[in-house]
Amino acid sequence: MLKIENLHATVDGKQILKGLTLEIAPGEIHAIMGPNGSGKSTLSYVLAGREGYEVTEGSVTYKGQDLLAMEPEERAVAGVFLAFQAPVELPGVGNANFLRTALNAVRRAKGESEVDAIQFLKLARARMKVLNMPDDMLKRPVNVGFSGGEKKRNEMLQMAMLSPTLALLDETDSGLDIDALKMVADTVNSLRGPTFSALVITHYQRLLNHIVPDHVHVLSAGRIIRSGGPELAQELEATGYAASVAAA
Amino acid sequence: MPAVTETLETVQSVTEGGYKWGFETDIEMEFAPKGLNEDIVRFISAKKNEPAWLLEWRLKAFAMWKKMEEPSWAAVSYPKIDYQDAYYYAAPTQKVKPKSLDEVDPELLKTYAKLGIPLKEQAILAGVEGAGDTPADGGRMPIAVDAVFDSVSVATSYKERLAKDGIIFCAISEAVQEHPELVRQYLGTVVPQADNYFAALNSAVFTDGSFVYIPKGVRCPMELSTYFRINAKSTGQFERTLIIADEGSTVSYLEGCTAPQRDENQLHAAVVELVALDDATIKYSTVQNWYPGDAEGRGGIYNFVTKRADCRGARSKVSWTQVETGSAITWKYPSCILRGDDSVGEFYSVAITNNRQQADTGTKMFHIGKNTRSTIVSKGISAGRGQNTYRGLVKISPKAAGARNFTQCDSLLIGDECGAHTVPYIENRCMSAKVEHEATTSRIAEDQLFYCRQRGLSEEDAVGLIVNGFCREVLKELPMEFAVEAQKLLQISLEGSVG
Ligand SMILES: Nc1ncnc2c1ncn2[C@@H]1O[C@H](COP(=O)(O)OP(=O)(O)O)[C@@H](O)[C@H]1O
Ligand SMILES: [Mg+2]
Repeated sequence: MLKIENLHATVDGKQILKGLTLEIAPGEIHAIMGPNGSGKSTLSYVLAGREGYEVTEGSVTYKGQDLLAMEPEERAVAGVFLAFQAPVELPGVGNANFLRTALNAVRRAKGESEVDAIQFLKLARARMKVLNMPDDMLKRPVNVGFSGGEKKRNEMLQMAMLSPTLALLDETDSGLDIDALKMVADTVNSLRGPTFSALVITHYQRLLNHIVPDHVHVLSAGRIIRSGGPELAQELEATGYAASVAAA
Repeated sequence: MPAVTETLETVQSVTEGGYKWGFETDIEMEFAPKGLNEDIVRFISAKKNEPAWLLEWRLKAFAMWKKMEEPSWAAVSYPKIDYQDAYYYAAPTQKVKPKSLDEVDPELLKTYAKLGIPLKEQAILAGVEGAGDTPADGGRMPIAVDAVFDSVSVATSYKERLAKDGIIFCAISEAVQEHPELVRQYLGTVVPQADNYFAALNSAVFTDGSFVYIPKGVRCPMELSTYFRINAKSTGQFERTLIIADEGSTVSYLEGCTAPQRDENQLHAAVVELVALDDATIKYSTVQNWYPGDAEGRGGIYNFVTKRADCRGARSKVSWTQVETGSAITWKYPSCILRGDDSVGEFYSVAITNNRQQADTGTKMFHIGKNTRSTIVSKGISAGRGQNTYRGLVKISPKAAGARNFTQCDSLLIGDECGAHTVPYIENRCMSAKVEHEATTSRIAEDQLFYCRQRGLSEEDAVGLIVNGFCREVLKELPMEFAVEAQKLLQISLEGSVG
């Protein structure tokens, strides 16, 4: 499904990822934990194809294809979804219009018919009910004036609607109250299945109580220094990263 | 920022290929001799069979024009215009008014079809008598159209239907014949002959344009519109539009325009006068799509236009909405004279300049009556080496107690070889008046593009979406069907600006 081998990447000439290797099988959920500045967001941007994040060594294969050779939008319609740590505001662009445009881009790529405004509203409203989002959030401009929690909910709405095969969640739980945290977990769990894999970046064990991962990795200074099962997250919660970093 | 660099490079690679209206119609035309002198003014007046007073009016304007200097204060630069090297009258040769579709010059028909005027209207537009009262297809609200082809109006639709409500909608040359008293009463009362250089030129040589009169208390049942087409080479278009909304009446009027793609620059110097009496409302929308010239700045229309509304009556209201995407140079300042107490003026503008286009546009709001209110929302988008200037004046007279103005000017830059400038003049001589001005300049951020692309949008669609979002406040002022057109046009104007 996703195979990352010896990945090195620089940002502004600065080496951030220094030989990262990771394999995710179909249906698996992997959690990545690690200190601030260890390169977690960088990894998610490299996988999503953001400009300025330059791969200097290594390879990434996604569904047998060279992921690094694809444009960001090609990766997106091939099922790679990034839930942003800081979702971006698009003034004047209606949330519904944006999401329908995105949905239709993905549907076109899958050879499915596009949805019209009415069909879209039906689908979106059903999802929003589950996410406990008020209807008027569809009319508001994308993320403009949204609270931190609303922005994250909006990311989860997009993820649910676009139903990716590889979801990258970059600290989606940060700054959320316990109800919102459960909402994030519920959304991921609702997509969980043999054709859905996820890379969940988080600082906190508590999210992983709700999304039980198959594997947990510790990222430090651009490399994975430890891997284990869900119990590793609990250990880190108790001891902090320092012990693992020192042992590595 | 690599995304922006890429955007910039591709903006520069845009060629005139993106302009879809650049074809030329091969049709038999009649011209006045090249050049400009008193004889040409007389020729035009005679062609239109005008009464003596109008010829005198033109000649007076011409005499004044000769003494005037071309203005140089706008932030636009262009080679000196040779006014003697152009035709001032060009019209398709038409012996008799065609009675059926078969008799209409097929080239004229093809032209409208290519410009995307719907088939039903196409029949009407081409001047087929009797077709003017056919209900529009699918029960859609019809739009009455006056089609101006170079120097003449070739047809006006729905005239009879509108006449049932006492509404006059026709070519101004026809109004001079049929309603001379109205034309004489109002012509030049909003924009006097010597108002400015281009208005004086227009007053001397104007050829056609639309005339609208809405009687007291009448709400015009359909959108009125004029479609201007420049076709002939080396020819200037000088149209004159006059709209009068009598007490308590309401009208929404739209104008659109296109021109062939040529290496030469062609002059378009129009004058639009609006008069709103007590409690009348005029909504005037423009989607300006003249040929903008090619990527190197060769060719394109010089669009020097004077548009002004006189809110003569108490509680009258005029709203200007413009989407300016075309022309090599745009020089226009649709204005409102808020004379009547409690009158309202609005100006909503989107101006986009790409490649070497230059736009110097804005508005003037003259607050004279008590409690007059004005709103100005200007959105300037610059790409390529485009230069975009907002120039506005808010003038409040000592008597305009309680006057209010709100101005919002936003500029969006794509790339770093373009420019955006804001020149707001405020002259407030009234203690109780309140004037607010806000201005912002922004760029399409790399994170916005990436966010859109991560959701599956192409870079071009992402830019289109962001630009349309930036213009939303203005686009929502346009009548529904025009808004959709305008959105597409904005995207086309930036075509190739990315990816
Ligand atoms: N645009 C940038 N320019 C220079 N350094 C950057 C940039 N973005 C991130 N970094 C640096 O890269 C390192 C990793 O950042 P990031 O991937 O955001 O870490 P994390 O998400 O694990 O907190 C940090 O040292 C950060 O300062
Ligand atoms: Mg981060």
